[in-house]
Order: sequence, then structure tokens, then C-alpha cells
Amino acid sequence: MTENLIQNIFNALQWGSFYSLIALGYTLVYGVLRLINFAHGDIFMVGAYIAFFISAFLFKGGEGLSGGATLALTIPLTMILTSACGVTLERIAYRPLRRKGVNRLYVVITALMCGLILEYGNLAFLGASRKSFPELMDKVVYQVGPVSMTNLKIIVILTAVAVFLLLNAFVHRTKIGMAMRAVSYDRFAIPLMGISLDAIIVVTFTLGSSLAGLAGILYALSYPVLDPFMGAMLGWKAFIAAVVGGIGDIRGAFVGGFLLGFIEILVVAAFPSTFRDLIAFSILMTLLVIRPTGLFGLAQSTKI
Amino acid sequence: MKKKLRILAGTLVILLAASVCFAKTIKIGFNISLTGDIPKVGEESKFAGEMMKNEINANGGLEVGGEKYLLEFIYEDNESKAESAVMVALKLIEKDQVLAIVGPNSSKQAIPAGQVCDDNRTPMISPWSTNPDTTRNRPWVFRAAFLDPFQGPIAADFAADQFQAKTAAVLYALSNDYSKGLAEIFRDYFEKKQGQGSVKAFESYGDKDQDFSAQLTKIIAAKPDFIFLPDNYNEVALIVKQAHDLGWKGPFMGSDAWGNSELMKLCGDDCVGQYFSTHYAAAGATGATREFIDKYEKLYGYQPADVAALTWDALQVVLTGIQNAGKLTGNIEKDRKNVRDGIAAIKEVKGITGNMRFDEQGDPIKCAVVVRINEKGEFVFTKSVCP
Repeated sequence: MTENLIQNIFNALQWGSFYSLIALGYTLVYGVLRLINFAHGDIFMVGAYIAFFISAFLFKGGEGLSGGATLALTIPLTMILTSACGVTLERIAYRPLRRKGVNRLYVVITALMCGLILEYGNLAFLGASRKSFPELMDKVVYQVGPVSMTNLKIIVILTAVAVFLLLNAFVHRTKIGMAMRAVSYDRFAIPLMGISLDAIIVVTFTLGSSLAGLAGILYALSYPVLDPFMGAMLGWKAFIAAVVGGIGDIRGAFVGGFLLGFIEILVVAAFPSTFRDLIAFSILMTLLVIRPTGLFGLAQSTKI
Repeated sequence: MKKKLRILAGTLVILLAASVCFAKTIKIGFNISLTGDIPKVGEESKFAGEMMKNEINANGGLEVGGEKYLLEFIYEDNESKAESAVMVALKLIEKDQVLAIVGPNSSKQAIPAGQVCDDNRTPMISPWSTNPDTTRNRPWVFRAAFLDPFQGPIAADFAADQFQAKTAAVLYALSNDYSKGLAEIFRDYFEKKQGQGSVKAFESYGDKDQDFSAQLTKIIAAKPDFIFLPDNYNEVALIVKQAHDLGWKGPFMGSDAWGNSELMKLCGDDCVGQYFSTHYAAAGATGATREFIDKYEKLYGYQPADVAALTWDALQVVLTGIQNAGKLTGNIEKDRKNVRDGIAAIKEVKGITGNMRFDEQGDPIKCAVVVRINEKGEFVFTKSVCP
């Protein structure tokens, strides 16, 4: 029984890492712009597909570069291209709306539409057939007693933790981070300080989308079957995780993601899988009822 | 006078040309999954349909009651969803006025669509659906595949012989009628054979799930002799890989939903050496089956899976049914009735997945095979079981 529990804790750490990485992107954009970027889950999907095309191009079934070299090139390239996709969305969809000063509701609806455009654009241009992500890493299964770990799982978990620490340091210790926090504090006073609002927003989208791209690569390595709708459900759940953690707070997104991962895996371990979402989201809802601003959120204060 | 003759001749030529251009057609609808969970299944059905249509139309069409009719196939996408399959069936019946419907393939869509076709008195034949509910008490619905109550025991018996298995575990998709139905049939049969509690774990997962680690941890902790996976090929690829990551070294046993040309692309080496029950074995096929495979491979560039072969057979059944009807009156309701009776009256159709005749439920009586996935990723014939 305890071995099972330990195994499931590892499973949950891996699964929670993906929620965490995606939730960080949600929280970053919300913290700065007070905008729920519902297209974020689909940007994650775009990241996975970009990683697929780059690695398929470089790897060529082992005849091109070696797996490791491919991976080393794929990660930065994917992060750059995915953030380009996120910034493009901001440019063509969110910025014009912001300039016109429309109600935030319309921007959220636009974000939903952008997500659908990405999903169905992918379906229309790449077809419905599943893509199989090449095996870039030699998977090693470590067996400690009855508990199994793969090197990939360990990398995923460590990456999620490292990303959180780096992002936290970036937001709290650099000048750009300070500017981001300032935008979140008072967007209209920012130009008076000589800071370009647009530049800060572009940085925010770049950071958030490149994290989604990173999550996309790791996800594609762990679950190597890609389809156009893979980001939809995961994105929704990561958003909920960010809200439960206290949306706008980086620690909140990190903890919320892992919390959701743990609850989901442990519920399946103890009950039939039909109960997973019912129990998981009942727990999260109870948490919100007790603390409506989420675990780390403070009511109406500076976020991020 | 000469001028009049010329005009007359000209009109005749035009009339002749027109009669060729506007030759009578037979419309058949396809209710298939071109997008969604199992797009490859729909694609293979469509390709098999195109192949047969082009072959028959190149020969001037299908002869019914002394007249030649051109075939017209209408392919509609049901997105691998039950609701959409119902909409597609209604559209084909009411708007397109098709004579008969081929598909849907997966039982998840074939069961609700079958109800629509039966209610609207339109003959339907599902190439690939194996759940008994698709045709049960529906005189207008037929199928080209064997049934799960036949397939489940074959998988159980084969695994018991091959792996000397006394215990088993099952992982199935809860929202898929096919997967759930087959999992339950398998469990009941296996427990009857090996004793109560011999199915040590019976786990399910939901729609769109990609992480199965919690379920697999439970299954592996129960230490079964093998894992039965009655799941679609895309999920199989993920489940098998994740089970290996969690330290599982034992065998898997699959069902006919594994048999897809995309399985090995998605699953790779992890699936080599596994067994599954299916409708035909492409590797080492002979006769008409070989001919079909070669033609298909030449046209579309890959080896057809069972669903393409079954679609071909389903079409042969429909066309034989139309020919058995004797003639087409032009009154679509009357014609549909005649075609239904024509299919029900079929003595035997020589299909490429085996010869078919139908019982009173509209189910064919035919054999199943068990195949092994070899190192090249081919599905190799291992055993055949006939009812």
C-alpha cells in the first residue's frame, strides 16, 4: 500500500508539473493585464506541434542529429516560436481592443475565440490524424523496489520547479519584473514613469507563451500522441488551478497546479476513475468558498 | 428535308450524350469519423469506398434489373461523436435521400445512429461496430463485423493458452460503448473460466485522458498475468508506453480496435510482440484479400487495416442487397424497403474478410483471427477461430 502511495506521488508530481507550467502562464498575463488569456491552453498545443515539426525536421528518425542534440536545439527554438505566436495574438487581437478601451469581458471572449481559431486552424491545415512525437531521449526506467521512475519524469518535475524559482526571481528581483508589477498596480500611471506599457505587455506574453512552449515539449515527450484539441481541457484545468492558487500570484499558480495534479491522481488511486473530476473539483470549489481569493491571493491588491 | 434530318440527327446525338451524362445514379451515404478521436478509421473507410465506386463506375455502373446505375457516394464526417453521428444520419436520410447508409464504424456512434436509421426505415450497415446493441431488435440495421460476445471469449481463451494466464487486468474507456461493452464481456467470461476474482483489476478512464499512471499503478500492484486493453489505437499507444514506464514487463492482449495503420506509428517498439484479435490479417493474406490489399496500397500508399476491408465487404453486401431487390422504382421509401429485404435475403456474400450470411438480428456469422505484432510492425496471423 505504501509503495503504491509513493508511486502515485511520483505520478502526481509529473502530472502536476504540466498544470503548474501552464498555470504560470495564465497567472502572469492575468497579474499584469487583468486579462484571462483563455487561448493559453491552445498556445501550449501550438508549442507541442512546433516542437514536433522542429524535432521531426532535425531528427529524421535518427539519421539527422542525435536525440540529445535535437532536444538541445528544439527547446530554445520552440520557446522562441511559441512566444512569437503568443505575441502575435496579443498584437492582432488584444492590443487593438485594449487601445479602444473596451470592457474586459470582450477581451476574454476574444481570447476564447483565438483558442478556437488555433484549434480548428490546426485541424484544417494539418488534418485530424494524430502526430507521433519522436523519441528524442533514451528512456531509462529506474526501479527502486516496487517504485518505478523514468529519467524523463524526473526532468519534468525538476524543470517545473526550476521555472518557478527563475520566474519568481525575475519578477521580484529585476527591473523589468518591477515594471511588470507596477503595470499590475496602476496601468495608467506607468507611462508617466517613462515606461512603455506595450513593451512590458509584450515581455509578459513572451514569458508566458515560452513557458507554454516548454510545457508543450515536455508534454509531447511524456505523452507522444499529439492532437489539435490536446490543450483545451488541460488549459481549462490549469486555469482553475491558477484561480485556486490565487490568480495573479506566481506561488499560487505553482502550488495550485501541483495541488490539482495530486488530487486527480490520488482520487483515481482510491476511487473509480469516474469520480475523478467530481471529487477533484468539489475539493477545489470548497477551497474557493473558504478563501474566495485563492490560497495566496489577496483581495484587490497588487498582484504578481 | 436534309436540314430536318440533320436537326433530327443532332437532337438524337444530344439526347444520347445527355442520357450518358445524366445516367441514373444510386446514392449511398457514408457516416464516418474523418476527424475526432479516430480519424484514420474514417479515412480508410472513405478510401475503400472510393476504390469500389471508381471500379464499378469505370465499368459503366451497377446493373440492377437490366439497367445500369452509376454509384454516388456521399461522405459525411461524424467527428467521432455520438451526437454528430445522429445528425449525419438524419442529414443523409432526409436531405440527401440516400438509398442506404454505410457506417458509423465505432459502436459509440453506430448505436445511436442505428436507432435513427431504424426509425426512419433506411437500411444501414456498420462495417466495424462489434457491440451487440447496434443491431439488436433493429430490422433495418446490419453489420459486417463479428460481435463482442464472440470476440471477448476469443481474447480470453487465447491469452489463457498463450500466456498460461490465470489472472487478468482490464483498462477500458468508460465513455466508449465499444470499449466498455467488450471489457464487461471479457471480465464475465474470464471469471467464469478462471474463477471468481481472477480479473484482479477492472479500471476505466474518461474522455480525452492522456495520463493513465494512477490506473496503471493500481493494475501493476495487483500483479495480473496480462493486461487486456479493449481500447482505440491512439489510447493504446499511450497506455502501453506508460505501463512500461511504470515497470510493467508482462504481456498485453488487445481487441480489433488496435488494428489500424497508425498504431505502430504512434506506439513504436513498445507494441512489438503484443497480440490482438481482429477481422483479418494483412500480412500473409492470399487470394481476393491479397488483391484488395495490393490495390489499396498502390492507390493510397499504406497497408489497409481491417476497417477498410470491412467497408469493402459492407459495400458488397449493400450492392448485393440492391441487386436482390430486383429493380429500383424511383420511390425512395419503397426502394429502401426493397433493399432492406434484399440484404436480409442474402444467402452468402464472398467477402475479403470471410464469407458472410446474416442471422435474424442482421449480424454476420464469420471467423475471427488473432494476430501478433512482429518486429517490422506487421500484424501476423497467429490463430483463427470460427463460430
